[in-house]
Amino acid sequence: MQFGIFTVGDVTVDPTTGVAPTEHERIMAMLTIAQKAEEVGLDVFATGEHHNPPFVPSSPTTLLGYIAGRTERIILSTSTTLITTNDPVKIAEDYAMLQHVAEGRVDLMMGRGNTGPVYPWFGKDIRNGIDLAIENYNLLHRLWREDFVDWEGRFRTPLQGFQSTPRPLDGVPPFVWHGSIRSPQIAEQAAFYGDGFFANNIFWPKEHFRRLVSLYRERYEHYGHGRADQAYVGLGGQVFMRKNSQDAVREFRPYFDNAPVYGHGPSLEEFTEQTPLTVGSPQEVIDRTLSFRDTFGDYQRQLFLMDHAGLPLKTVLEQLDILGTEVVPVLRAEFDRLRPAEVPDGPTHADRARAARATSPERTVEGAEKARA
Amino acid sequence: MRSRAIAVVTAGLGAPSSSRMLADRLTESTVERLRADAIDTRITVIELRDLAHDITNAMLTGFPNSELATAIDAVTGADGVIAVTPIFTASYSGLFKSFFDVLDRDALDGMPVLVGATGGTERHSLALDHGLRPLFGYLRAVVPPTTVFAASSDWGGASATAALGARIHRAGAEFADLVARSERSLSVRDPFALDGDFASRIGGGVA
Repeated sequence: MQFGIFTVGDVTVDPTTGVAPTEHERIMAMLTIAQKAEEVGLDVFATGEHHNPPFVPSSPTTLLGYIAGRTERIILSTSTTLITTNDPVKIAEDYAMLQHVAEGRVDLMMGRGNTGPVYPWFGKDIRNGIDLAIENYNLLHRLWREDFVDWEGRFRTPLQGFQSTPRPLDGVPPFVWHGSIRSPQIAEQAAFYGDGFFANNIFWPKEHFRRLVSLYRERYEHYGHGRADQAYVGLGGQVFMRKNSQDAVREFRPYFDNAPVYGHGPSLEEFTEQTPLTVGSPQEVIDRTLSFRDTFGDYQRQLFLMDHAGLPLKTVLEQLDILGTEVVPVLRAEFDRLRPAEVPDGPTHADRARAARATSPERTVEGAEKARA
Repeated sequence: MRSRAIAVVTAGLGAPSSSRMLADRLTESTVERLRADAIDTRITVIELRDLAHDITNAMLTGFPNSELATAIDAVTGADGVIAVTPIFTASYSGLFKSFFDVLDRDALDGMPVLVGATGGTERHSLALDHGLRPLFGYLRAVVPPTTVFAASSDWGGASATAALGARIHRAGAEFADLVARSERSLSVRDPFALDGDFASRIGGGVA
């Protein structure tokens, strides 16, 4: 089981001080947070991609490339990469390059994006959102697996004998998660390719996501990638912790009440009941997170949203200390104990490269050299 | 005996509100007409005032809480809807509109909807035709020819009550005929349904 954090990279006024960080301060804070995530023993750092203020992460591979150079172990991911408005050729190249730079510690989460004007800004039509996601991803999938690609589609210029460069590290493309809040077509897409499905459940009730994840699991089995319970599922979470529950609630409430997305709506208590948000003691976070398994089955990746809504960097780092030292070790032991042996652990490049060598040695550069010899 | 589900949505704010009074009269008229045709009815009344905070929260968070979800299910899973709003500032009330704003765009496709409105004077009655008909037209609901407006003066005076009664009777009869033919409550919409074969949608050649 992999545990990590995902950030949306919002520049938000701290409601307790009335001050917002500058873009530069926010970007530097994200770099600090990512390195702290590795230091406290987390497995994944993931960044969103946005092209409009108040968000800063428009260029994820630049951000993740730097973090790759400053860390040794943590997996660097996106949450999400806009498969609709980015050119799939550029995604193939950017992330293959990042994969080499990071020695394989890279995966991606595909998403369509939820900001209407981003589509026309990048010359696309939001009404084609699903079709763009399907066509673009298929091209990306081929570019990472076929050395020379002939391709023609609706949304970009055709390719003849095109080779994206660099080729994926060890001949193994980055693992891909498909993120979705409501579209069954995206769960179907993840199942079709045998990729992971990330249910970004942090703002919505669990019943909805239980059905979406079940659909993905059923279809994963239908397409012959393994049993339904062996499919790769990732989930979100949102927590704020202090030793005493009441202290956590008191400190987090002004951030909750004024947060982007859900602020000025339901009360913290209502939102806690309706969504995975947990504000309380580390033990409460442990109990709540373990309950996700009852709803969704054994899953491979848990990402927490920790640094939004104007929380100061110092507070976020304290939260990561609590998460890394008091919460995740307990969750890791418990989830790993409960997970049956035939259900896969979170995907890593090392495991996937090993599996690729075992099943088709000619697929890897090393294998190809041996085959020639 | 055949049976039909009817959801009654009223956006009145007072207690008792004239919108609720009109909604009840429209319901009675519909139920009587259906009973005459040997059709039983199951009525669910939704007072939007009770859901006002939930509706606002759904707009802000993007999902309904369980109380609002129950109300939405009752409306979208009915065979017919009776919808009554007070007229505020030349049109339906904001609360009334907000409820229909949080429904999925196709949730009322083909749904018979009897519309009614209330107001201080009969000068507001055209709001039914310039406000409510376009709203339900956009949602592709089926609104019967007769809509009912009840001004304050309609609730008193012998000639006035007779006129309102006649309009309610005619509207109830037209709506009941649509509801009798409606089988919407039997067709369950699955939001997780897949639309066709995935591989055929990919284009550009499959790897």
